[in-house]
Amino acid sequence: MSELIDLTAAQAAKLTRAGELDPAELFEAYRARAAGDELNAFTWVADVAPAGPPAAGAPLGGVPLAVKDLFCTEGVPSQAGSRILEGYRPPYTATVVAQLAAGGAPLLGKTNQDEFAMGSSNENSGYGPVLNPWDRSRVPGGSSGGSAAAVAAGLAPWAIGTDTGGSIRQPAALCGIVGLKPTYGACSRYGMIAFASSLDQAGPLTRDVTDAAMLLAHMIGHDERDSTSLPFPGEIALPAREDLRGVRFGVPEELAGDGIEPGVLDSFRATLELAKRLGATVEPCTLPHAPHALSAYYLIAPAEASANLARYDGVRYGLRVDAPDLISMYTRTRSAGFGPEVKRRIMLGTYALSSGYYDAYYGTAQKVRTMIAEDFRAVFEGFDFVVTPTSPWTAFELGAKTADPLAMYLNDFCTVPMPLAGIPAVSIPSGLSAGLPVGFQLAGPAFSESRLLDAAYALEQAIGFDGSAARR
Amino acid sequence: MSTEYEPVIGLEIHVQLATRTKMFCGCDLSFGDPPNTHTCPVCLGLPGTLPVLNARAVHFGVLIGLALGSQIAERSLFHRKNYFYPDLPKGYQISQYDVPLCSGGSLGEVCIHRVHLEEDAAKLVHVGESGRIHGSDRSVVDFNRGGTPLVEIVTEPDLHAPDQAREWLTLLRATLKRLGVSDVNMDEGSLRCDANVSVRPVGSQQLGTKTELKNMNSFRYLERGVRAEIERQIGLLQSGGAVAQETLHFDPASDRLTPLRSKEEAHDYRYFPEPDLVPLVVTGEMHAAAQADLAELPAARAKRFEQQLGLAPDRARELAFRTELGDYYERALAADGHDPVTVANWIPQLVERIGSDADPAQSKVTPEALATLAGMVSAKEVARDAARDVLTRLVAEGGDPRTIVEERGLGSLTADDGGLTEIIDRAIAADPAAAEQVRQGNMRAVGPLVGFVMKETKGRADGGEVARLIRERVG
Repeated sequence: MSELIDLTAAQAAKLTRAGELDPAELFEAYRARAAGDELNAFTWVADVAPAGPPAAGAPLGGVPLAVKDLFCTEGVPSQAGSRILEGYRPPYTATVVAQLAAGGAPLLGKTNQDEFAMGSSNENSGYGPVLNPWDRSRVPGGSSGGSAAAVAAGLAPWAIGTDTGGSIRQPAALCGIVGLKPTYGACSRYGMIAFASSLDQAGPLTRDVTDAAMLLAHMIGHDERDSTSLPFPGEIALPAREDLRGVRFGVPEELAGDGIEPGVLDSFRATLELAKRLGATVEPCTLPHAPHALSAYYLIAPAEASANLARYDGVRYGLRVDAPDLISMYTRTRSAGFGPEVKRRIMLGTYALSSGYYDAYYGTAQKVRTMIAEDFRAVFEGFDFVVTPTSPWTAFELGAKTADPLAMYLNDFCTVPMPLAGIPAVSIPSGLSAGLPVGFQLAGPAFSESRLLDAAYALEQAIGFDGSAARR
Repeated sequence: MSTEYEPVIGLEIHVQLATRTKMFCGCDLSFGDPPNTHTCPVCLGLPGTLPVLNARAVHFGVLIGLALGSQIAERSLFHRKNYFYPDLPKGYQISQYDVPLCSGGSLGEVCIHRVHLEEDAAKLVHVGESGRIHGSDRSVVDFNRGGTPLVEIVTEPDLHAPDQAREWLTLLRATLKRLGVSDVNMDEGSLRCDANVSVRPVGSQQLGTKTELKNMNSFRYLERGVRAEIERQIGLLQSGGAVAQETLHFDPASDRLTPLRSKEEAHDYRYFPEPDLVPLVVTGEMHAAAQADLAELPAARAKRFEQQLGLAPDRARELAFRTELGDYYERALAADGHDPVTVANWIPQLVERIGSDADPAQSKVTPEALATLAGMVSAKEVARDAARDVLTRLVAEGGDPRTIVEERGLGSLTADDGGLTEIIDRAIAADPAAAEQVRQGNMRAVGPLVGFVMKETKGRADGGEVARLIRERVG
């Protein structure tokens, strides 16, 4: 059993494809672990493997997949971490989940998350917080905290999540795994319960870079149901690069200095030294508008969310709290169904869009967004990748930041500029600080995922991070 | 002396587009099907779904813009218009806002402000006495209509009288019908019209405070609603009051206008660009495709009927502004080389018999039959009065007018016909005084004698011919 769990997804898939491992045995091994989840990482676990084994030689080998709750899965609870969708079972399946299933990754379970992906600690889930497998008194990060914890703890071989301002990369960093946010438009958003439509992207959370590349290869592509999705130029190859010769890393002074925890900064600098030894050049660069990214993000994302969440009105599905008249029914339903952080962001967004304030808030935020994209464009003229710590700190204690939303928002300081610019970024574990994982982030130009994964792979081999402690 | 007031009227028209599928999903459009049978996750606004723009609706939008002479935006945007209502499953309507598909243009004497694309709301049925949401026992939602493609056409305030507004809407309806973009049926709601109404002292260039009138779902109601509102506003001003800017609901049963409750009205829609759609780009190809589909429009058709076919202006407009009449007329003309004016004069006769809103193409009278009948009258093969009876019969039973005339012996009686001469003689014998006056040159006295003959022949004789024969006999 423990041998199975120690295989990466790619290794397991290779064995099933070769006929040396029964996919049903693999599924059951993980199913049993997921069902015994003590981290509250899952909100639903399959009773049995989905009917019909994957086609012989399916590239993903029947290796079971954990899916963030907000992906719609036909007939299976899809609650987006919210009580307002308690028991909601959609009549259709999200495109990326369907593509992955077709590729041979059957649904193992749905993972816990911050409500509607709003949070950085998973403490905003309507179904209770997720515990970090490295230290159960600490948070796993968020919002894809359930997916990150499940993969880190070996409750799932691999998982998918969504990233809006860092919701894949930050929990990946805090749990010691790999998390990739693809280029905006690379993966279909159809069937992803929306938080902020212009920022949301699906991506893999995996034990290593190779697993991430395998999942991503089956997630990308234009979907006629998503007008904002694009055909991916080229293919995602499995990464193989062993060195970084000729690769130019830019270190933005705005995102790699002040406010970063010393232990995180130490690990970051050690990784940069490693990159140089692999042949990379490491130079400072500047993203002058990056310090404003968080402010712009916390206007744009709540504004879009305020509209995206209007549909939870008690009329057609999900929670309804009856009342004598329509307005009271709306008010009572939404008051009862949404948690405090979701309410806070709906109010922020509603205010930012309201008549007389639109230009000052939403309009200005969009201008800042354009400037941030322009900053990255300028940097990529001289650099291949921008590198930063993923999160300013390692996993923090449960409850440590819940009283101060603004402190909580700082979690996203290093991860928010990339989705605002629509560019891909990956977080890989770079080591431990006081026994807790640290994430190292690489960001590249739009559709540079293959190069990005190649560079991440080279670093990963050199770092040699061992995450097995979290699986015990 | 009291001030004279001039009404200023602008219209906002919603037109359901006759596409096969809805604006943002693949559900078929429907009318009158069982509730909630044309729905899918997208038009129900289920979590995770995304809109995909209907290319045909864009084509129709461009077509309308070209027909109105509007500027077609190369790049236009969709916005979200946010408000809570049970007929709006997403909690926002996807509509165009500050960058619409079409700007400017004109139709007849009225300038167009803008034309934009949006999606229709679902249909709410309020169960209970009021028929409106307030005071109803409960409300049920039919999502079949939700997501139907709409264009909204907004005019400049260029209209100045209720009947002018009605007349102009008739022209717009004919234009849209001719383009084939909509059923434009006000009863079924595929054409809906709101009016912005204000009044100002004659000669003033400043616009008065306007009100918005809703629920005028027929041409008559539009005229009546606008008229009632103009009278209300003038009354207010003349008694020293002021017009309040508000939205009014027209009740056709009482001609009364009542303000919509503030909960139905007061909204900050918090428009922002729809992040689930990319900007709408109209390519040269799309422009050319619409241009190729641009049919002859009613205004141009009326001009052609007048100038090339010699119809009187009123008759030309009557036929051209109702596409189905114009089409029927042209088919009748094509059937035989009859005189266009004669054939045109028979169309109102037909309309009178089938009902003013009916499509003659759906009647039992084929255009060929009507053309034949008109030709028979011209050739004096059948008298006008008898021909009217033949038309009534055609409307009821269809068939060929020649057969009906023959079978029923309705053919014209002429002088060669011994029977007619005999009847004329009896007429003279019955009223010798009148005959004497005719002999003395009083032509008006021929009337009663002709009447006698027409009655005896049951209209089969031609009145003019009978008068001529009477003069011949008495002279």
